Amino acid sequence: MEALIHHIVANYNYWLYIILMMIGLYAMIAKNNLIKKLVGMNIFQTAIILFYVSIGCKKGATIPILPEHGEGTAEHLIKVADYINPLPHVLMLTAIVVSVSTFGVALAIALKIYQRYQTLEEDEILMRLRER
Amino acid sequence: MNLHYPVLLVTVPLLSAFIISGLSWVKKSLCFPAALLALGGSVFWSIGLLFRVLGRGTVEYHMGGWMPPWGIAYRVDLLNSLVLVAVSSVAFVNLITTYKTVARDFAEKKGLFYTLYVLFVTGLLGISVTGDVFNLYVLLEIASLTAYALIALGNRERAPLASLNYVFIGTIGACFYLLGIGYLYIMTGSLNMADIASLLPAIYHSKAVIVAFIFCMVGVFIKMAFFPLHAWLPNAYHYAPDPASSVIAPLMTKVMVYVMIRLIFSVFLPDFAFHVLHISRAVVWLACLAIVMGSLLALAQRNLKKMLTYIIVSEIGYMVGGVWLGNRLGMSGAILHILNDAIMTLCLFMAASSISYKLQHLDLHNLQGLFRKMPVTMAAFVTAGLSVIGVPPTCGFFSKWYLISGAIQAGHYGFMIALLFSSLINVILFFRVIEIAYYEPMHPHHDTPAKRIAMEEAPLSMLIPLLVVAVSLLVVGMYSGTIVNHMILPVLPKGIG
Repeated sequence: MEALIHHIVANYNYWLYIILMMIGLYAMIAKNNLIKKLVGMNIFQTAIILFYVSIGCKKGATIPILPEHGEGTAEHLIKVADYINPLPHVLMLTAIVVSVSTFGVALAIALKIYQRYQTLEEDEILMRLRER
Repeated sequence: MNLHYPVLLVTVPLLSAFIISGLSWVKKSLCFPAALLALGGSVFWSIGLLFRVLGRGTVEYHMGGWMPPWGIAYRVDLLNSLVLVAVSSVAFVNLITTYKTVARDFAEKKGLFYTLYVLFVTGLLGISVTGDVFNLYVLLEIASLTAYALIALGNRERAPLASLNYVFIGTIGACFYLLGIGYLYIMTGSLNMADIASLLPAIYHSKAVIVAFIFCMVGVFIKMAFFPLHAWLPNAYHYAPDPASSVIAPLMTKVMVYVMIRLIFSVFLPDFAFHVLHISRAVVWLACLAIVMGSLLALAQRNLKKMLTYIIVSEIGYMVGGVWLGNRLGMSGAILHILNDAIMTLCLFMAASSISYKLQHLDLHNLQGLFRKMPVTMAAFVTAGLSVIGVPPTCGFFSKWYLISGAIQAGHYGFMIALLFSSLINVILFFRVIEIAYYEPMHPHHDTPAKRIAMEEAPLSMLIPLLVVAVSLLVVGMYSGTIVNHMILPVLPKGIG
């Protein structure tokens, strides 16, 4: 039991992202309202962004901006352990753009559905489809 | 100049997508020529690349001159260049074919349609050309997002709902792939395919690498609609507008199969997929299930286009199974089938869309007398049907032959039986269509009953590309020995039995 708690506390970022991801997945599967499903999808994507941001982190490190730049930097020895890894963060800028545009496209489609059926509840839409 | 082919291939369509959307404000009639020019360019560059790779071996392109582990590298070998040629030429031919349909169905939104179309092709070309796993994710999302929009564009009853469903499932697939890359990045600190491949063998037995592989594979399986994860495909492709479905259906799933092969061949390496993990037999059994269920579900459909979508599901089973057999014959069959299936599906969907151009809806009972009405279209349809069944001179026969030989060599008789079973079902599927269209008398309410049925073909701009594609089915079939010996066998990694 103690080992398990220790394991969870040591890797809390992974546990958090998995919990968030499952919340998103649950909303996508179980919710009836299309907008709620979309929000679930967004939570799902955000969980992965959180995962990436957390893996760039190092204990006791600072932001990766060199105090002196230009000439002379080559002579100073840069210790990698002093700076957090910026690459996952940069990757996530792209992933945020992707998730925003996915959300945009999905909202546009949801709008189209609303215009056609006057509702966003999935069961009502399916009922209307069956009537026709 | 030809040093820059790999990057021109992607950037020119990307930029012209923006130009087209601008043109749609200024002069709508210019949108089509601009799209034609952009995709024509990518056909030219991809064929140029193919010959360059055939002559001088793998082409590497470093974006902005940054060397590989840091910068993004485009890497084109024989496998890529074959997929690139298939993608660009299918998109180009389909663009010409659908000119009339687009003009009729999207009169006001023509510019937007072509913007999305060219962006979609950009995404697919980028996926095929890139040598960077994260870059692949971004381009995959470009292709998927435009596919969602293209599917929702139609006026068909359920199109937006089917598209939204695809958004949900497709996003989960892409996110799984992204997670897999995340684990790979934790373990290797690299995103370049060749670099990861050189770092991985030392840590093959780490749990994180196994998790990464499984996340990537499940993500790709979702995107390619591999059987238990196929539920989004039939509705999305069926309700999509015809000009969009005839480019999405042949290309999207095939490119995802290519991604799977690329991940196995040059990221995780076949040694990991087939020897460290013991899942290959299970995946092949799943592929058998995909083939059988796809065929059976196709048999249950009463609509021509929906029947075709289920055939895609079973064809995906062919390719995934062929790769996971793990021997040279099966893999060359699977790679050859990427090319063949792209052409076959294109031909079927083009024929279906030119039938629906005339008939409006494609329910099977609505097709009576079609052979007399549209003889040329139906001839092309039958050729593609024979190819799906696997009748010798057509290309479908040869890839099936390699797949079956691979199954026998691997001793996996279940896969062989599934392939033969699906061929038999395909015979029923296509002969049912032929029977209705050729033998059944016209419905009394369908047309004016007394008159002889007049020939009423689709316009020439649809017929000529359709015939070209149908003939290319035969040509690719005749040259498939050359293709396999010179383009596919050299790609297969060493150490595969």
